[in-house]
Amino acid sequence: MSRVVVDVMLKPEILDPQGQAVANALPRLGVSDVASVRIGRRIEIEFTGEPDLDRAREIADKLLANPVIEDFTVRLVEADETVDAHQ
Amino acid sequence: MTARVGVVTFPGSLDDGDAARAVRIAGAEPVRLWHGDPELHGVDAVVLPGGFSYGDYLRCGAIARFAPVMETIVDAARGGLPVLGICNGFQILCEAHLLPGALTRNQHLHFRNRDQILRIESAGTAWTNAFQPGQEVLIPVKNGEGCYVADPATLDQLEAEGRVVARYLGGNPNGSQRDIAAITNSAGNVVGIMPHPEHAVEALTGPSLDGLGFFTSVLKHLVGAPA
Repeated sequence: MSRVVVDVMLKPEILDPQGQAVANALPRLGVSDVASVRIGRRIEIEFTGEPDLDRAREIADKLLANPVIEDFTVRLVEADETVDAHQ
Repeated sequence: MTARVGVVTFPGSLDDGDAARAVRIAGAEPVRLWHGDPELHGVDAVVLPGGFSYGDYLRCGAIARFAPVMETIVDAARGGLPVLGICNGFQILCEAHLLPGALTRNQHLHFRNRDQILRIESAGTAWTNAFQPGQEVLIPVKNGEGCYVADPATLDQLEAEGRVVARYLGGNPNGSQRDIAAITNSAGNVVGIMPHPEHAVEALTGPSLDGLGFFTSVLKHLVGAPA
């Protein structure tokens, strides 16, 4: 079944303390070439019928993301593809 | 007639009992409201208490905003019903677009729990008219996502219209922009505050009795006393 994937990220100007905490932990892994880390959220939506991108956008705008602090993107993922292949 | 002040319980509310108790100590009748019941049962004002409604899933307050009781409260608040959102209640008011901006993760990432000095910046709201402008009060703060953010234009507008209700003094506990602890809507009937006035109403359990002023304010407001 086709799915709609919604990616929600904090807006660039909003401080992401979670991402900073992760970035600050990287040197302890021996990683020193990462400039920054930002953490967001991915939501996968399955419709009962055909996937509806407009409806997904409405869901994202009203509930999944808070437009005051977050941006989102909406995309379709085909049934026989893994989501990871689209990253 | 005794004023009736509703206190909403969502799944995951923590401070509804303390809020109802504060309402009673202030001299009003607390009326417990249930998230799934759209009826307001004739209350004269509403408190949205602190806690972790719906487990803080998605974003704090994001799901509570769609509770049946909230649809009624949003309409009533636009019509002038006094509404006080404390902590999670403040988050819910922002998610419901009754107040501008948003509450985000504390900048230092730690849950912060301490007694906090605030300066009352606006005594013109339904929930702060018992204070003097500039008055300093001591009430507990306890939050993990209390960092108030809004775009610069919104912050400037809040300042220009006197809608910053309280600011943190003696150290900002969460990184809130411009040290904002509480704001109001343009009509002054809806107030969101991150610290907890309901925990500062009795000598036995609170650091002061300063929190009582928020609850006595709404009683003054309801009888039409000038702010």
